[in-house]
Amino acid sequence: MNDTVSASVPPVARKNWMSVLARAPASAIEDGLTRHAPLPAWTVVRGPETGLVMVRGRAGGSGSPFNLGEMTVTRCTVRLESGAAGHAYIAGRDERRAELAAVADALLQDPAQRASLQEALIVPLAEMQRAERQDRAEKAAATRVDFFAMRTMRS
Amino acid sequence: MAYVAVKGGERAIRNAHAWLAEERRGDPSVPDLGLDQIRQQLGRAVDRAMGEGSLYDPELAALAIKQAQGDLIEAAFLLRAFRTTLPRFAHSRAVDTARMRAARRISAIFKDLPGGQILGPTYDYTHRLLDFELAEDTLPPDAPRAAPDPSPMPRVPDILGREGLLEPDGATDAEPGDLTRDPLRFPAGRDVRLQALARGDEGFLLAMGYSTQRGYGGSHPFAGEVRMGEVSVEIEPPELGFAIDIGDLTVTECQMVNQFKGSKTQPPQFTRGYGLVFGFSERKAMSMALVDRAMRAEELGEDVTAPAQNVEFVLYHSDNIEATGFVEHLKLPHYVDFQSELQNVRRLREAVERREAAE
Repeated sequence: MNDTVSASVPPVARKNWMSVLARAPASAIEDGLTRHAPLPAWTVVRGPETGLVMVRGRAGGSGSPFNLGEMTVTRCTVRLESGAAGHAYIAGRDERRAELAAVADALLQDPAQRASLQEALIVPLAEMQRAERQDRAEKAAATRVDFFAMRTMRS
Repeated sequence: MAYVAVKGGERAIRNAHAWLAEERRGDPSVPDLGLDQIRQQLGRAVDRAMGEGSLYDPELAALAIKQAQGDLIEAAFLLRAFRTTLPRFAHSRAVDTARMRAARRISAIFKDLPGGQILGPTYDYTHRLLDFELAEDTLPPDAPRAAPDPSPMPRVPDILGREGLLEPDGATDAEPGDLTRDPLRFPAGRDVRLQALARGDEGFLLAMGYSTQRGYGGSHPFAGEVRMGEVSVEIEPPELGFAIDIGDLTVTECQMVNQFKGSKTQPPQFTRGYGLVFGFSERKAMSMALVDRAMRAEELGEDVTAPAQNVEFVLYHSDNIEATGFVEHLKLPHYVDFQSELQNVRRLREAVERREAAE
């Protein structure tokens, strides 16, 4: 199922939008897509289907790998009328979310649409996710311990 | 073991399950419990069901907890059963806990560590007094905020390891064993032991870890580091040919640091035990690290004398789904077994009585 269209897309850019889409709710993906243009026609090539990913850790943090436990993941592959294929693998069991993310992935591979779709869909979602992380980081920072040495009071 | 098929209980079973459903729902005038409420407000229960169910999906775990009326072993059992219905798509790259977005990170051995000591949303330092305000529908004030420190937060062993006084991780990239595919076999490698501990029963691991502190295979532990937060999960789908990020998991990691006198092959240095579990579950991560270290006794040339050092004992009894299955199966009809036992005891008794009469 290797697709030829994606060959022209820098993997870093594609990895970035896929990671943003993986954390976005279905409604937010749909809103972003329709803000850009009416939803295109697509055919589902595979899925959406829910399965498992075995999550691995490393002994001691950086030693040999071990199987920590599984997580649910939903995947979907779609093809647009242009022939572009889009893929999505997303944590959880939301099939609509995986399908919309695959559609977005297919559209984003089209150089003619990429910039405006990044602007309408990916940039706002990434900003939302950044703000959520920032919020938690700020609360964590407020619980940071400031040690001060106890001085013995002798005069 | 012989079980005899018993017919005739169908109606009783049906009615029992109908009553169970009614009991589960409780008084219909009390609002039904939503899965979002369980996820949001009973997060530690969700974490425990996911950890022991060995399936990360907070929404499913909330459903399992609701269905099990809060019985967390039953909830973990439901999750284990559900996972058998799903295909395995891939395994992830190993999660990188050094890049965790830590909500909590503390060290008991290193006060001024780079990245700082972050308490996070902890019960530590609370007075364990019941808070009767929680009985009312009250909204707490917003948590205070501060500017985050953007500097990296290296793992404590990575900081202390530089001097060579702390045992290194010694990575290989061997394919790890998988208990969901292959039955447990001995000797069990550390990969399989860590998987078994990560899905093991929190109470069992807590007791085993505690026993090492009380002298049953003592290994003088220090909590080198405990951290909790989100890590990203990456997989490499074959159709893409590069790694993609599929979402976040909350995990808790514990680096236990232990005294070690050295052996014929190793100089005196600190050794380590490791804990990594789904969700925010510090007690389990710490217990896991203690037991992981205890089970390394043979590898480190220590005498294996205590239960926690006995790999077979720990691994055969750490799984609460297996344990509950075997303990609770005693409820099932054993009528025939017991009949034969009864006849046995009667015969023995008659023999004793005959002998006594003869004397």
